[in-house]
Formats: sequence, C-alpha cells, structure tokens
Amino acid sequence: MDIKDNQGELYEVFIQRKPGADYKHAGNLHAYDKKLALENARDLYTRRNEGTAIWVVQSKHIIASQTSDSESFFDPADDKIYRHPTFYIMPEGVKNI
Amino acid sequence: MTETNENVQKLKDFQAKIDAEIKIEAKDWMPEAYRKHLIRQISQHAHSEIIGMQPEGNWLTRAPSLRSKKILLAKIQDEAGHGLYLYSAAESLGVTRDQFIEWLHQGKAKYSSIFNYPTLNWADMGAVGWLVDGAAIINQVTLTRTSYGPYARAMVRICKEESFHQRQGYEIMVAMMNGTKDQQEMAQDAVNRMWWPSLMMFGPHDADSPRSGNALKWKIKRESNDSLRNKFINKTIPQAEAIGITIPDPDLVKLDDGTYKSGDIDWTEFYDVISGNGPCNKQRLRHHIEAHNEGQWVREAAMAYNRKN
Repeated sequence: MDIKDNQGELYEVFIQRKPGADYKHAGNLHAYDKKLALENARDLYTRRNEGTAIWVVQSKHIIASQTSDSESFFDPADDKIYRHPTFYIMPEGVKNI
Repeated sequence: MTETNENVQKLKDFQAKIDAEIKIEAKDWMPEAYRKHLIRQISQHAHSEIIGMQPEGNWLTRAPSLRSKKILLAKIQDEAGHGLYLYSAAESLGVTRDQFIEWLHQGKAKYSSIFNYPTLNWADMGAVGWLVDGAAIINQVTLTRTSYGPYARAMVRICKEESFHQRQGYEIMVAMMNGTKDQQEMAQDAVNRMWWPSLMMFGPHDADSPRSGNALKWKIKRESNDSLRNKFINKTIPQAEAIGITIPDPDLVKLDDGTYKSGDIDWTEFYDVISGNGPCNKQRLRHHIEAHNEGQWVREAAMAYNRKN
C-alpha cells in the first residue's frame, strides 16, 4: 500500500431490511478493521432504521462475473425453457396445480 | 480490425447502451472523456457535501434550542454521509480518495461556490436548508437517472435523505417570519444574500456551458442548467410568498402561463467566486487542510493497529 494511501481498506456493505429478508448491497466504505467496518456501515447506511442486520466484506474478496462476458456466461440457461412452469400444458379444468 | 476501427465500434456500442438507458458500470468500457467528466463532476459533488458542512457547523454551538441543535447536527452528519457515498462512486473510476483530497487541497478540484458565502445569522440556516438544499435537490433528483450506475445509486440514497433538509430549513424561515420584526428582517436579509448565489448553483446559461453537450449526449446530465434553474424558481417563489418573504429581484415577472422569469444573473460575481475571490474561499479550504492534517496521526495509528491484527 502506498504510504500516502492511508484511508484503510475498502469494504462492501450488505443490509438486511428485516429478519428473514435477503441481504441487499447498499454501497461501500473505507475502514481500518472489521469492527470499525461494521460500525461505519451502521453510521453510514442505517441512520434511518434501514436494516436489522449488516454484512461487511472486503471488496477485494468479492469474485465477480464480467458484464462484458454476460451473454456467453449465462448462455447455458437460454435454451432450457422447460425449467419454467409455463412450459407445461395442463388439461382443461384441472385446478390447484 | 484496426485499433481505430475497434474504438469506433466500442464507442458505437457504448452510445447504444446509453440510448437504451442501460447503466454503465465501473468495469465496463467507457470513453476516456466520459470517465474524466465523471471524475470531475462526482468528486466536485463529493467535495461540496464535505465543505458544505462548514457554514452549518458555524451555527451548531449557537443553535437557539436543543431541538434545533439536534436537527442541525443530524443534517450535518447526513452531509458527511453524502460525501462518502459520492467519494465511493468516484473511486470506482480508478482514482483513490487520497488523490481526490490532494486535488481539492491543490485547488485543482472545485466545490460548489455557494459554500464560499458566510452564514451570518441563524436565519441563514433556514435559507441554506430551504434555498441551497432546495436547489441541490432539483439537480440531484434528475441525477438519480444519470447513466453511470454507481453515481445513480448514490444519488438515490442522497435524495431519500435530502428532503428533510429542505423542510427543516423552511421550518426555520416560517418560525422567523412568525416572530418579532427583527427576526423577520433577519429572515429577509438571509434570503437577500442567498437567493442569487442559489440561482448560480445551476451553473452558466446553456449557451455558455461548454461541457454540457457531451454530458447530455452521454446522459451524465439529464437536464440543462437553465431548465433546472427555472424549475427551482417556479417551485420556490410560491413558498416565499406563502410566508411573506420578498424575492430580491426587481425584474422578476410572472408570465401568463403562471411561471416566472427572473432578472439577469450577475455572472461576474459567479466567476469571481469560482476563481477564488468569494468571501470565504480561503477560510473553507484552509479549514479542510488543517482538519485533514490534524487527522493524519489517527489514520496512521489505525493503520498500525490494523497491521497488528
């Protein structure tokens, strides 16, 4: 790390809106350790009760797909329409299925 | 394909994405001029949030009640948060936060010139919230649709938080206009000083705004300076009338369609303040540099502690 670069590590912040909900990416922040990362995330992203739980993870630990490759990357799902319920035709009059 | 042809194709694909309202993300290809424009605009926006804490901090210890002090403190804390959201968005373009701060300290990066005006009495806290935050909101709401994803997402969060700022400012104005004659005069005086600088916040007239062309084509900006300024004028004047504030513009006219046309803006003042000759330019920057330097040992200690763990 550059000697001048003393703003700490970059963390990504995920917030759970209420118990049982999924964690949603909220943004990122700088922090010097795990404890400060959590406290900074609380102060920066939940000043108005936006959540009941927070995850923070160092940005460098996130492995991401490339948007430029998204077409070929998601290609395997393209021709499998039988994975959707609408693919199947049910006899007329049959209910609750 | 030759390199030039490849770039021509990339630029075409890029513009097609913009035209289809698909957001550009940090790792996507983008023209250098687009990246540069964003770096300049988002960092200027971030610096404005941070420097904007100073004129308000000026009144924290002298707020007239515990209620108003708590509210002002919360507002200033929001501004710090907004600065951080925006620095994060700007950093995604490949510039470190230290670099942004260095550019600010060297005078290479700007911040909104509105914060180079002093806040002389408590009514200024009202006028700042009502007019300055009000003008900022008009601009920021359109920026929630800006083409760069990280910037747009930061703007969505900021807009959600910003509307309390404007209402708290207006509430102060209402209280002062319902008060003694002296208080009413203070409120009017604050508006007299803040009105024109607020109109200048939207930037030069469209015809004199050299960077707007590309910014609109690339949908970094979604509306022109004059269009945003007119929105602000039309929204604000009825709010002033409702509490008996006079807009300090003798040439202001109401048109047949109910909208307003303001008098000429004094652009010499605007360019003078931008180029460093406003009442508080030196003070604002000096304060930021001092605070940053005084925090150096804290950052170093935190880094050392982090390395030990």
